[in-house]
Order: sequence, then C-alpha cells, then structure tokens
Amino acid sequence: MGVGIEVRGLRAWFGASEALHGISVEMRPNTVTAIIGPSGCGKSTFVRCLNRMHETIPGARVEGEVRIGSTDVYGNGTPAVEVRRRVGMVFQKPNPFPTMTIYDNVAAGLKLNGFRNRRELDETVERSLHMAALWDEVKDGLKKQSGASLSGGQQQRLCIARALAVQPEVLLMDEPASALDPISTAKIEDLIYQLKERFTVVIVTHNMQQAARVAEWTGFFLMGDLIEFDKTQKIFTTPGDKRTEDYITGRFG
Amino acid sequence: MAEALQSGMPVRLSLRRRLVNRAVMAATGVAALLVLIPLFLILGFLGAKGIGSVNWAFLTHTPVPVGELGGGMANAIVGTFMILGIASLIGVPWGIAGGIYLSEYGRNRFGNAIRFTADVLNGVPSIVTGMAVYGLVVVTQGHFSAFAGGIALGIMMIPIIVRATEEMLLMVPQTIREAALGLGIPQWRTTLSVTLRTASSGVITGIMLAFARVAGETAPLLFTAFGNQFWNLKLNQPTAALSLQVYTYAISPYEDWHRMAWAGALVLIVMIMGTISVVRIIASRGMLKGAA
Repeated sequence: MGVGIEVRGLRAWFGASEALHGISVEMRPNTVTAIIGPSGCGKSTFVRCLNRMHETIPGARVEGEVRIGSTDVYGNGTPAVEVRRRVGMVFQKPNPFPTMTIYDNVAAGLKLNGFRNRRELDETVERSLHMAALWDEVKDGLKKQSGASLSGGQQQRLCIARALAVQPEVLLMDEPASALDPISTAKIEDLIYQLKERFTVVIVTHNMQQAARVAEWTGFFLMGDLIEFDKTQKIFTTPGDKRTEDYITGRFG
Repeated sequence: MAEALQSGMPVRLSLRRRLVNRAVMAATGVAALLVLIPLFLILGFLGAKGIGSVNWAFLTHTPVPVGELGGGMANAIVGTFMILGIASLIGVPWGIAGGIYLSEYGRNRFGNAIRFTADVLNGVPSIVTGMAVYGLVVVTQGHFSAFAGGIALGIMMIPIIVRATEEMLLMVPQTIREAALGLGIPQWRTTLSVTLRTASSGVITGIMLAFARVAGETAPLLFTAFGNQFWNLKLNQPTAALSLQVYTYAISPYEDWHRMAWAGALVLIVMIMGTISVVRIIASRGMLKGAA
C-alpha cells in the first residue's frame, strides 16, 4: 500500500547554489502527483530529495523535513539505503544493468541486499514483470537475454519492474517517458494509472498532456519554488497563480 | 546531395568522392597490414626456429649439462607458472582495489598523487624494480625465491591494472550507479556487484595486458627468482623461469643450447597466448546475448 508524503521547508543545494528554496507540500497515499515546470526549475532535485538520491552528488546538501509514511527521511537514525528501499525510483533514461539478465535486473534490489530465497525471488520477479506489463514480452528470455537487449520502451518497463520488485511504498518517476516513442509512452502511462492502487506515485514530466492524463494532483515548480499545488484539473483550467497560467498556456518555459 | 535526398532520388556519390573513399579505405587497410607484419614475422620465425626442438622431453625433463643430449625446461615451465601465480595474486586484487578507489573516490589531490605515482611506477625500468625487490626481500630473507620473483612482477602489474580498472570504471555511466543506489543497494555493493561487474570485460582485458607484459620479463627475475637447473616447487627457493632460461641459453656459446632457447621462447609465447585465451573463454561464457 502507498503511504503519504509530507515535505516541510525543504531546501537543497548544489555546492553554493541553492536549487530549492523551502518547499512544503503534502501528498496523499495512493495518489499520482505530477511535478511540472520549465527545465532547471528544481523538479528532479525535488524528487531526488524524497529518496535521498540528491546527496549522492558531490557537494550536494539538503535541509528541511521529509516524511514518507511514518519514516523521517532525514531523521538522525534513518539510513539512506532504508529510505531508498521504501521509495523506488525510475529515471529519465532507461538504465538496466547491461551485464545482467532480465531476471537478474528485476531481482537485483533483493539479491544484492542479501535476499537468497530462490522460490520467492522467482515469484517476485514474475509478479513485478506482470505489474510492469512486460512479462509476456520477456518470459522466454528471462535468464538468457541481457536487460540491454530490449527496446527502449521495454527497458523502461524493466526498470519499473526492477523498482517494484523491492516492494516500495512510493514510486518516484523522473520523466520516465521522455526518451520513448508515443506507443511506449502510452504503455507507461497506462501502467502508472494502475500502479497507484498499490503505490503513491510522484512523476516529473515536461509533457503537460501527460500530467493531465495520469495525475490527479499537480505541482508547478519555477526557479526552485513550488508556485502552486492543486488538483490537476484546477491547475490546468483555473490556475490560481499568474505564473502557472503563463507556463501552461505556453507563454514561457 | 541535399536536394537528392529531399526529392527522394537515390543518392549517387560523385566519382571524385568514390575514388577518395576507396583510396582512404585502402590506406587504412595497408596500415593495418603493416601493423600485423612484424607480429607475424616474430611468431613465424619463432615457430620455425623453435618447433623442431619442442618435444615431450623438453616439456617433461629438467636441463642436462652441456654436451649431454636431451633434457628440457619442465622446471622452468612450472617455475614460470609459480612466479606468475604469485605475481597475479599480488597484482590483480591490489590493482583492482586501487582502480576502484581512483574512479569512485579519487577525484581529489590524494587521488591525483596516486595516479601520478602509478604512471611513474609504470615507467620504472623493470630491472630497477628487480633491484628494489632484491634489496627489500631477497636480502632480508637471505635467499632468492619464487616469492621474490612474484613480488617483483606483481609490483609491475599493479600500476597497469590500477589505471586500466580506473578507466574502465569511469566508462560505466553514472546512471547505472544511480539505478543501483536507488534500489537501496549499499554503496560498496553497488561498486562491486554493479559498477565493477558492468566494467568486467574491460578490467579483464587490463589484467591480461598486465599479465602478458610481465610474463616475458627477465630482468626483474635475475636477482629475485634467480633461476634453477633443478626441480623446485618450494616458494622460498631459487626458481627457474622460462625467460631466465631462454636468456641463459641464448647467450651461451653452445649450438645445442641455442636451439633450446628458441624452443623455450616458443613455449613461453604459447603459454601466454594460451592463458589469455582460456581467461577470455571463461569470461565470455558469462556474457549475455545483447549485452553492451
């Protein structure tokens, strides 16, 4: 089941430059939230702060509070690896592990964390590939083919399956379809729609139609600030802020 | 040509372009051939000179005194494997660990210092390495040994493997590391099971390069392993090596020994090529269909 996300006063830096200036927002369990905004506005940085991936960049720093369910993400005793297991992430460019089979790609999060039960691994891999709508296409080459041998769209669904296999509560997607053709994009969007039954989904997108199609909530970022956060329909029909309106009507960005 | 493309006409290169194309292709082909000629000359010459003296006795017997017929280099073949084994046990793990440090954590002054040192070490004449090991190991222990020879060659392998590993790891896209970290896999696991694994074929190439480089070294063994005319399987005793044996026999005044030297050189080359092939075959068994 998904859990809620609560962010308070989140600030993030790359070295000396501040990329997020105090973001506060709440996302409900089992919802899909789209994060939109022009390039460089801090969308990716924001989601990367939710699973503590931001700090993996040299010189990067975070301040503020993030709660995922009952977990205090930046709490003193909270290990980053624990957060990342509970908050899955799908990246912009499909990034399967090239030297691993399809099976090992999906099982990687469990296997490399010491999980060894073969039967349960088999079950998890199959279930995750089913959830990612990839099972039928890869079931014959599971343990023979490399993850890198698949098409771009298949690779991205493999990455989704890989993220789902560790059974996270939240799924972050950083422009998951921006490198894909329209058919693959449609498949991923369908998928997101189904995934919210089990997960809370946050998706960064440059594509406003996509935001409108998949998300019930939308947040608009501009230059490191969260300008507006509301029901997607409201954002796209009667935005409360002039800047949001300018952006969605294509006046800048 | 742009118009031809736009109007959907088949593209026909002009005569001049086709000629230039042909000429440049031919030139690169000739260059490639020129590179191969010396290689095949050496291999061919070695084969022609050496094959006649390679026989069962050569591979199974120890050397005999001058004038006596027969005898072989079995002890040197085994000794070479012993020394190279020790060298690899030192050079491979050490080199890989150093390469991992440089690529994953070494973007700083300390890393640059190590990089510089490795490059300098790579340029140190091998006989100097031999002398250093003589002073540090042989003198301290009081005797020549396979162990000392292995250390000398191992030290030579380290900088090659360090730099090769570093370069191969740096070629692994950052997104692959992020994918692993994003799954909640700890940093050390990510480095070993994802990053290093992704770069493994390149790292293995680097190791083979280092191995081939030191396998034929003679100078660093002169006063470390020292050589031995008899059987020896003890790591702490003077040990024969093919390169040493070839050297001793080749500079001798005896026709019979010269032939043995040719045979020894041939066997050494075959051993190196054989080892590299076996490693490649084993490594490629793990490769997947469609793997990058």
